[in-house]
Amino acid sequence: MKEQKNIFNRQPDRSKYPAKKKNGKLDIDLSSGKFVKLWHGPNHPGVTGNMAIELTLSGDEIVDAKTHVGYLHRGFEKLMERRLWIQCFPTCIRMCVAEPDYNEYLLAKSAEELSGIEVPEMAEWLRTLVLEMARLQSLLRTVPGQAGTLSLGIGVQWGVYLRDLVLDLFEELTGGRVYHMYIIPGGVRGLLPDGFKKRMEEVLGKIDEFVKNIENLMFNNIVFKKRTKGVGYIKPSWVNKYGIVGPNARAAGFKRDVRKDYPYLVYDKLDFDITHETDSDIFARSMIRKKELVLTLDLIRQIMAKMPKKGDIKAQTPNVLHWKIPAGETYVRSESSRGEYGFYTVSDGSTKPRRINLRGPSYTHAVVLLEKLLINANIADVHSIMVSLQTCPPEIER
Amino acid sequence: MEKKNKSSIVNIKSSIIDDIKSRFEITDIVHRRDNMTFVTCEKQKTIALITHMKTNLGFKHFVLLTAVDWIEDGKFQLTYILNNPKQKLDIAVRTMISREEATMETAHKLWKQIATYQRELKEMFGIDFPGSPRVDENFILEGWNDIPPYRRDFDTKVYAEETFFPRPGRKTNDPAEYMKKNLHK
Amino acid sequence: MTNENKNHEKFLHEENKIREVKAPDGSIIKVDPLNDYFLDDRPEIKKPKTNKIVEKFLNWSRAESLWVLGFGTGCGSIEIPPLMTPRFDAFRFGVAMRPTPRQSNVFIISGYLAVKTLKRVIRSYEQMQGPKYVLALGSCTINGGMYWDSYNTINRLDHFIPVDVYVAGCMPRPEALLAGFMKLKERIKAGRGEGANEYAEKFDWYKANQKKIINDWNMPDYNW
Repeated sequence: MKEQKNIFNRQPDRSKYPAKKKNGKLDIDLSSGKFVKLWHGPNHPGVTGNMAIELTLSGDEIVDAKTHVGYLHRGFEKLMERRLWIQCFPTCIRMCVAEPDYNEYLLAKSAEELSGIEVPEMAEWLRTLVLEMARLQSLLRTVPGQAGTLSLGIGVQWGVYLRDLVLDLFEELTGGRVYHMYIIPGGVRGLLPDGFKKRMEEVLGKIDEFVKNIENLMFNNIVFKKRTKGVGYIKPSWVNKYGIVGPNARAAGFKRDVRKDYPYLVYDKLDFDITHETDSDIFARSMIRKKELVLTLDLIRQIMAKMPKKGDIKAQTPNVLHWKIPAGETYVRSESSRGEYGFYTVSDGSTKPRRINLRGPSYTHAVVLLEKLLINANIADVHSIMVSLQTCPPEIER
Repeated sequence: MEKKNKSSIVNIKSSIIDDIKSRFEITDIVHRRDNMTFVTCEKQKTIALITHMKTNLGFKHFVLLTAVDWIEDGKFQLTYILNNPKQKLDIAVRTMISREEATMETAHKLWKQIATYQRELKEMFGIDFPGSPRVDENFILEGWNDIPPYRRDFDTKVYAEETFFPRPGRKTNDPAEYMKKNLHK
Repeated sequence: MTNENKNHEKFLHEENKIREVKAPDGSIIKVDPLNDYFLDDRPEIKKPKTNKIVEKFLNWSRAESLWVLGFGTGCGSIEIPPLMTPRFDAFRFGVAMRPTPRQSNVFIISGYLAVKTLKRVIRSYEQMQGPKYVLALGSCTINGGMYWDSYNTINRLDHFIPVDVYVAGCMPRPEALLAGFMKLKERIKAGRGEGANEYAEKFDWYKANQKKIINDWNMPDYNW
């Protein structure tokens, strides 16, 4: 066992240069020929989304990294100040394309909390189902995506195919493939169609099979282990310091999950444990994501079994064209597949929101943390590290 | 069991608020939920209050920092939301700064990600945080030479129409009037 | 290369500034990267072959090998991976993803373009080998769509680079994207895929539009 550990523990003694100047900055002189500046992105197949990292290299080691974002900035927070509350719903879901339903849930939740609307129980169950399905389709991209960074492309092919099947279910339930607009203030738009449960079970069965296959492809694969164990290590002490949340914090040994800590919707009626790992490297983070996938399958099965058959799906709301939400401010959060995802909403009592601010997990993961992790990393690991943090640039710039 | 939990959270929260009250002058206490409270503090003492909450009261997780533009009062509201992961409790600290001289003490030494938030605020609201790392660098925008876009007096529609070659033929209707005419005949 | 933009100096990147470099033999060389590293030729119009049979054959072969630049500029890029899976299987139409502009001839503008991305898109487009085609996805490339009043997204793509086919919708389904590819093939086979020539012909107009939007123009006017 000990010998094997030595193979994985590949933390070479990185050379000490460049020296630090007195003001704390690195002494990097490009004209000396020792260092090369390299832009990783935005036009690069290995970048998650549309962002860029400015790397300074010494050989194939990274000595300095700077994240550049803003390539996807649309000014949502400004646009929503110009729109009615109900017009904000189709706008805000486009903030994150990977799992748009969290945006509509959070905006609906903040509007309901500020104006004191109680949501019927049936609608809460349906909301939970939609959110878990959104997490499922997002994880189906990211779990094999980690294998994709090491050119195990077949995993991505399986995952994207299965994601399509989940999107078909979404289409049946909501009418939309990627953007659903299913959750509206006061409730949801419709009940489950006939036979939905059976078709859902079929898809979940296929994903069960996929989990077994991905186990062999990734976690029992010696190449995958060698490339990911001990790489991209996050110290547990960084978790609070850098604001790390979600799966990345759980891989470092912190049992933090918004679904358990601040139960929203019907998560307190569901039976589940927080996923947990301690190694805190890329391998542990992809393991956490695989466990999350299994947990999500389990949660969807629980929801389908425990959900009431009938019930109100929408509470009475005022005419949405003249809907004035009482003045006040609130912060609501939910657990997306990347971690704590929250909306800070301020209303001044008019028909339009005063300010809506999104707190995305990538805001901390992709800027300060990524810059820190990349220093002394190898150029070949940049893509793996980015994907393992599950960075999503639209959350940073909105 | 649940009820007991709820009351214990309220008790812990009120003891924490009492502790803050005894040390700092806080006003406008709004209890939004059982585990969420908004307080207002004056500008000079805000960073001291946050430091105290982080080091002594267990508010280890920093959720967000953002600004709201109250143009009617000539003020910016800065909101720092802090989270106590052990007690599962949120306290948001608000502070009002003047709109003309929009500067604030930097807090980047407390949490690393605050530097990023301050960079964004500098760019989008024009609030300066002297001493914060890389605060003058571009974060989101590139080559922007208008007033900071998140300020209320910046009209994004006018700017877009002047700049981006709008395609002719777009009609805009007030939704309320349009629906009255065409739906509720 | 002259650049009239006032902000030119202010926004110039560190590596593009005029500087002095010491050669190994001790002599000092003055380097002006924007003038020295890039060619300043304008794009040229490439006329079709006079022999119609040859031109038809060329157009047929161009239409059957659409190599797409893998640059996800907006949220539409999430529907491109499904295209490459067995369900939609775009490979059967000769569509393949390429990592660099040099190897590709189709540019999918997947949705809204922020001003910062527009700059990169123009550079990538100019680096692509002609004949090149642009497929614009989503309503936001047509008239701004969802973001028509946003201060940071452009409204009409055809003012900045020539567009061959628009695929409407927010967001367009993979089937719509395939239909867009079929339409593009029809256009190319009919000899109407002349985007690169159009760009060369109206080069000054396109450049004026681009420079109006991009305030920090710190790159050469044309780089290929």
